[in-house]
Parts: sequence; C-alpha cells; structure tokens
Amino acid sequence: MKTEGNAIRDLTTSEYKYGFVSEIEADAAPRGLNEDIIRLISSKKNEPGWMLEWRLKAYQHWITMKEPTWHNVHYPPIDYQNIIYYSAPGAKKAGPKSLDEVDPEILKTFAKLGIPLDEQKQLAGVAVDAVLDSISVATTFKETLGKAGVVFCSFSEAVQKHPDLVQKYLGSVVPYGDNFFACLNAAVFSDGSFCYIPKGVRCPMELSTYFRINAVDTGQFERTLIIAEENSTVSYLEGCSAPMRDKNQLHAAVVELITLEGAEIKYSTIQNWYPGDKEGKGGIYNFVTKRGHCRGANSKISWTQVETGSAITWKYPSVILEGDNSIGEFYSVAVANNYQQADTGTKMIHRGKNTRSTIISKGISAGHGQNTYRGLVKIFKRATDARNYSQCDSLLVGDLCGAHTFPRLEVSNTTARVEHEASTSKIGEDQLFYCRQRGISTEDAVNMIVNGFCKQVFNKLPMEFAVEAQKLLGMNLEGSVG
Amino acid sequence: MLEIKNLYAKAGEKEILKGINLQVNAGEVHAIMGPNGSGKSTLAHVLAGRDGFVSTAGSVLFEKKDLLAMTPETRAREGVFLALQYPVEIPGITNTYFLRAAVNAIRKYRGLEEMDPMEFLPWVREKAKLVSMDQAMMSRSVNDGFSGGEKKRNEILQMVVLEPKLAILDETDSGLDIDALQIVAKGINALRNKERAMLVITHYQRLLNYIEPDVVHVLFDGRIVKSGGKELALELEKKGYGWIEEEVKSARPVSVA
Repeated sequence: MKTEGNAIRDLTTSEYKYGFVSEIEADAAPRGLNEDIIRLISSKKNEPGWMLEWRLKAYQHWITMKEPTWHNVHYPPIDYQNIIYYSAPGAKKAGPKSLDEVDPEILKTFAKLGIPLDEQKQLAGVAVDAVLDSISVATTFKETLGKAGVVFCSFSEAVQKHPDLVQKYLGSVVPYGDNFFACLNAAVFSDGSFCYIPKGVRCPMELSTYFRINAVDTGQFERTLIIAEENSTVSYLEGCSAPMRDKNQLHAAVVELITLEGAEIKYSTIQNWYPGDKEGKGGIYNFVTKRGHCRGANSKISWTQVETGSAITWKYPSVILEGDNSIGEFYSVAVANNYQQADTGTKMIHRGKNTRSTIISKGISAGHGQNTYRGLVKIFKRATDARNYSQCDSLLVGDLCGAHTFPRLEVSNTTARVEHEASTSKIGEDQLFYCRQRGISTEDAVNMIVNGFCKQVFNKLPMEFAVEAQKLLGMNLEGSVG
Repeated sequence: MLEIKNLYAKAGEKEILKGINLQVNAGEVHAIMGPNGSGKSTLAHVLAGRDGFVSTAGSVLFEKKDLLAMTPETRAREGVFLALQYPVEIPGITNTYFLRAAVNAIRKYRGLEEMDPMEFLPWVREKAKLVSMDQAMMSRSVNDGFSGGEKKRNEILQMVVLEPKLAILDETDSGLDIDALQIVAKGINALRNKERAMLVITHYQRLLNYIEPDVVHVLFDGRIVKSGGKELALELEKKGYGWIEEEVKSARPVSVA
C-alpha cells in the first residue's frame, strides 16, 4: 500500500508529450543583441524604413531599462547577449508562397502536434497560421477568408501588404516602451499573426495561430495584432509548444487587440510550452504582454487562457475599457506542476461610462509549483457606473506547492461596484480515498475534481478546444496523485 | 459473506488490531461496540483499504475473495461500502454528478450499461426522498458546507444509491440529533434485506434502538472479547465498558496472545 507522501509525489511524474526536436535547417543570426542584429532582422524581412526606425527606437529605449523584479517568480539572470534573436527554418528568403514550398519536415512537425497544414486534413472551420521559431511557415484557408474581406496573415506579410494598417495600429495599445519584455520584443520581433476584420463582418471561421519553438538557444519574439472594425466579430485561438531541452529558452511576445464601436474579439490561448523536467531543469521562460483596447462604445474583448506549460509564466492579458458600455473579460486556468512558476492575472482599466469587467481566475498548484494571481481593477473618475466582478480560486495538490493572490483595486468613482471573491482548496488524500471508496479510480477522481474546478473557464473556450484543454490538463497532472 | 480470520493490523506505526475473528453472513446485521481506541474505526478502514492502515497478519475473505489484495475502488465495485465517520468535502463537484460517477464506475465494472443523466436524475431523486434530501442539496457540491447531520444523511444516500452487498457504518450516529438519527436509521432499515450484510460500528447503544442488530460484538484492545444478542448492547449501556475491561484483565494471564 502506498504511503500518503508517495501518492502525492506521484502526481508530478507526467511526461511532456511534445518534446521532440525536428531536424530542420535554419538560417540563424549570430548570438547577442545590438543595432546590427536589428538591422539584419529588418533587412531579412525586407522591411520599409519606418519599421526599422521603430525597432531601433525601441532598442535605444530598451538598453536604458531594467528587468523587472516585482514578480513572484525566481530564475537565474538571463544573459541577453547569449540568445539568438533570429532563426528562420529553411529558405533564406521570406516565407514560402504556398504549402508546396514548405519543407516536408515542417509539415511533419506540425502534423505530429496535431496541427495538419496540408489542405485535405485541415481542421474543419479553423484557419491556422503556423509559426516555427521566428517565421510564419503557412497560413491556411486564406481564400475563404479573403472572400469575407478578412485579412489573416503573418505579421511580415502584413508589413508588406497592409503597411497603412500596421503603421496606424502597431504599438497603439502596447507602446514599445511599455515594459522591459515588450520593449525587447518591439526591437527584435520576427513574426507573428495579423488579423483585420472589416466593418460589419462576422469572421466566418475560428482563426488560430500555432507557435512552435524548435531551434536551440533561440528566443521567440512574436507579435500579434488584431483589429476588429465597427460591428465586426472574431474568435481567435493560439496554441504553443516547444522541444524538451535542458537549457531555458526565452519567449517574449506581444499581443495587441483593438475593437472599434460594437466590435467583439474573443481571444483564447492554450499555452503548452515545455515546462522543464521534474527537477525543474530547462523549460520556457514565457514573458508575455497582452492587452486589448475597447476603443469604441459597446465593444467587447474577452481573454480566455489555459496555461499549462512553461517553466515561468509571466503574463497579464488586460483590457482598457475606453468606449462607453464596453465589456472586458478574463477567464484563466493556470497550472504550476513540478518546479513551474506562474505569475499571471489581468488588468481591467475602466475609463468609459457603464463599463463592465469579469475576472475568473483558477490556479492549480502541484508538486513544487508556485502559482500567483496578480490583478488590477482600476476605475477612473469619469467611469460612472462601472462594474467589476472578480473571482480567484486556488487548488492545491500536495503539501509542497504554493498559491498566492495579489488583487489590487483602485476606485476613483463612487458609483462603481466592485466585487472580489477568493477561495483556496486542496485535493487531499482523504478526498481521493473517499472517491475510491465509492468506486471511482484515482485518475478519474483527480480529473473530476480538477475539471470541476476549471469548468467555468473551459465553458468559455470554443468547443473543440475545450475538449483539448481538458485532455491537456489531465495529461499535465497525470500520475500526480496515487 | 465476510470472513475475518486472526486479523492483525497497524494504523500508521501502531499495532491496533490484534487478532480479530468475525464471520458475517448475508442478511445479518452485526453491531461492533467498544470504548474509544479499541480499534473500531481501524477495522472499518482496513476493510475499506485506506492508505496507512496495513494488515500484518490474518486474512479477510469477501464472498470467498481475498479482500485485502484489492484496491479500495475494486472493493467498492465488488460491493463493500463504508459510511465514513467524517465525510469528506469535495468542492466543485455536485452531489448528483458525484453519485452518477460512482454508480457508473460500479456498473461498468459489473458489465452493466452506464446511466445517462436523463435516466439517472429521476431515479436518484426518488432515492433522495428516503433521507429527506431536497433538490437544492443534490445540486450543491459534495458535503461542501453541509451540517454534520446533512453529511451523515448524504452518506446514507450514497449507500442507498450504490446498493452495496456489505455496508460498514462507522459511527454514523455520532453527532446526530434525534431527528437526524431517525432519518439515518430509516435509510439504513430500508436497505436491510436477505442478501445484504451490515456492520454497524458505534460507541453508544442509542442507534441500536432504531436498527436492531442480530449480533453484538464488543471490541477491546484490538480483539473481539465478547459477543452476544442485542441484550448485550443494553447491558453495556447500563454498566459501561468498565466491567468488560475487568473481565479481560482477569482472563489475560491465561491467554497466550
């Protein structure tokens, strides 16, 4: 019979299932960061002068900045001069024109991840942009989307084909000097996704980007920009994974969302970067800045995230509620197993009248994992009748993990209504015994308890991804108890 | 149905059971009484297979199968049910969902088709009436925020729904007021039949006013030291456990344990 300690320790024995490395020839920049590297990245992508200027301004600002230390995550200092800032698979020119030109190894890589890019096997009703290391390798369903007037392409392509839109909106939500990691991204970002939904258009399918880090010692710095014109709607999903390597890799992304009057963006993330091994060796440092701007009245931005991977997760998808009656939502499940650390949450900035926001955060800590919720609800003086509801729940598995909550409220208008609820619970040996005594196996019991805990958030994911998320969560916690 | 032979067991590092012999046949209700620390709850947990309760010698056969070799969930699926003295709270899972998961796990094991919610709901609602449990309680998380009495009623509901062959009730009467005690007893009696055996563990005689046992055993220092009819329970109520202790002590030099 197992002793109590053993049973709980077993929870942390799950293996990362996406840890393979693909043998793909890469065109990489030398290690380190200086103006020449930035010029190199810009010239590889054949960028216009304004783009290079913006990058250089960001770089000049970045070298004056200090890495933040206020977060509740701990890691050895990152040597920014030992990172490769640009790595492109295969061809030394810009991205491939069609799928026929894509290296079969790359197609195989994505097929292994369950992201088929060849036309016959494409996910029904989901358009995918696949980003490997720094480069977008394929975007599916372009024609169908084109007919609806929706632009969905790699960021590099958008710079070439839609420079006016990029110039107008780039950095308008997350300025290059916003924070240390966003600023680094602004200087060196290599690709990402771009979406533009024209006025009155309901995007005919889910848009999805799949990010994959492959090359060793590279950082991945992608940038996503989504613009929803008046009365348009779009649902967008991103997924990510990386090979198992015993060195840490840096991922610093920026996402900007803009909704004009009556528009709606639903942005979902299933983050499964390599979390490191059971001893905490290796794994992705995931420092991400995500922010949406409800610019127009009656617009809505909704973030849903399932964060199961990464050695360190540092991200706070936020919404600036500018337009009157606009709505911001944040639904999050964050898992910290083994030696993972997650410091995540949101900022809801109420500036318009009658603006509403909802925050539902579910943190699961297992093994030696440390999970922190950090949130800000700020209600400006002119935001009459603003409302916020926040709920932060923590679930602990075992005795060695930790859960922390840092909610912050700044209210400058007396008509505001702000509610905050928090709870902490624990999957204990006694609960598992209770379930087993009723005939339910340990694995089913853990899944049942964890899924019950996350239900509110999973319900917000597009259906097919909700199933994926449940499976992923089960896998990440597999064998964690009994 | 249940055959315990010379069972020795430890709770943690401490030896608690020191040679239990007990036979329970189908249709019988046995009461196990005894002072605090005599090993009543340990016996219940060893039979259910809880971690940390390890048998060191002896055997337990359940319907001729080696019960001690089975995992806790297999024992449950074979038909052993333990109503806990301290039922556990499981936030986030409704009572109904939990019950259906348990029923289906057991049905699956027995080669029966699983019940879908449409079928399960009206069926379980009927069962819930037996322990006066309303729909609101069925929609709440398992035991979460339940009063002591509600938790015990919930244990009995689970027993009624899972229809075990052997039901072990570990101090189900403790902490109950008279109304709750009657509801609980009603549920237990409703389940009494020729095929089902029950092991009712209790400190007091009170519960036995409502559930009439066929045999009463007195557990003392890890052994069954006295067995008799229901009148033994009344005697214990009147005289306390002290005289048993005296009897055992005076007899001890003779026994070679």
